[in-house]
Amino acid sequence: MLVDRTEQMQQRVNDNARLVWRGRFVNTTFLIEVGETSHLVEVVAGQIKSIRPGPFVMPSWSFALRAVPEAWEKFCSAEPPPGFHDLFALTKRRALRIEGDIYPFMSNLYYFKCVMATLRPVVVTP
Amino acid sequence: MTANFEPIVGRYLRIMLDSKPHRLYVEQAGEGIPLLCLHTASSDTRQYRGLFNDSRVLSHFRVIAFDLPWHGKSSPPEGWQNSDYRLTSSAYVDMILAVIDALDVERPVVMGCSIGGRIALHLALDHPERFRAIIGLQSGAHVDPYYDTSWLHRPDVHGGEIAAGIVCGLIGPLSPMAERWETIWHYMQGGPGVFKGDLHFYTVDGDIRDRVAEIDTTRCPLYLLSGEYDYSCTQEDTLDLARRIKGAKVTIMKGLGHFPMSESSQTFLSYLMPVLEEIQAATPRR
Repeated sequence: MLVDRTEQMQQRVNDNARLVWRGRFVNTTFLIEVGETSHLVEVVAGQIKSIRPGPFVMPSWSFALRAVPEAWEKFCSAEPPPGFHDLFALTKRRALRIEGDIYPFMSNLYYFKCVMATLRPVVVTP
Repeated sequence: MTANFEPIVGRYLRIMLDSKPHRLYVEQAGEGIPLLCLHTASSDTRQYRGLFNDSRVLSHFRVIAFDLPWHGKSSPPEGWQNSDYRLTSSAYVDMILAVIDALDVERPVVMGCSIGGRIALHLALDHPERFRAIIGLQSGAHVDPYYDTSWLHRPDVHGGEIAAGIVCGLIGPLSPMAERWETIWHYMQGGPGVFKGDLHFYTVDGDIRDRVAEIDTTRCPLYLLSGEYDYSCTQEDTLDLARRIKGAKVTIMKGLGHFPMSESSQTFLSYLMPVLEEIQAATPRR
């Protein structure tokens, strides 16, 4: 799922001036875990500088978004069904775990919801 | 006069609540059966602007809404700075009954959303004789926590910004952009700690799971309307409620989320009108 959409995510975020502005104070690296595979997403001043695929020997990140592939597939679909249409909808149904130092995530919640929504075929602004 | 005023009239009501003087902002429009509307946590009466501007509603109903203390244009009581704001079931019920008494309204219909939908269940249980009908929007008996509400009130996280992040996902994805962002703006304007204080009622104090089966809909009809994209009060929560309350009438609203009257007011009205017509038909003409 994520493997073939990382370029799309990076480009859509960096091309969206308003979204980059929303994340202008975000400087962090976070982990997206899809079942057994994971990616590290490095954000600098709201722009995605890199997305690196695992496996990692000594990964360093602030917070992690962990879900099974089936949950991400539904979240990333063109028209996510109710209960899979938002990161917190996933946490509510215990399909997503948000772990680690979640301060960057919670203090920039709308920004990160928008970033993750770029994984969908067509971006619908959260 | 050329000014394009809406039919809504807003006034400040001086009222004693919890033995303290309050200045409460109240909006009214229309004539007929009184219909008292209760807003969601950390928002205000503006959520009902669609209803307040609908001529079909206003020709048969006197629509009334008030901002809870701490919300919208209602101030907190004197001395608020010395303690945390926390909404409780008993204070909320007392407030609603006090406003009804102050306005001299006889047996209104009450319609509340989210925390308002929860308190509607408390009213159905403990004060059915005071109401003609009760409409719960996004009504559930309790909510499973899905985030730590302490994030909503801390100096190093902007309360308005995080509120936008919280509520954006609760709005149906197809709701019109203008109404989506109007709904979000109301939340972004909430005062520090108010959202968290309201959720104390919603997540802890107002849990009514053990008692909902006792609601007697023969004493007061109960309607439950819920948007399908709400994950705070899920459609399953509302359907479970309807199964446990004999006689409750339930509607799941397609495409809508947690703020139906505000996020997509016209779609919501298409679901609400049949309910209002049923209530109207059951009301003897004077």
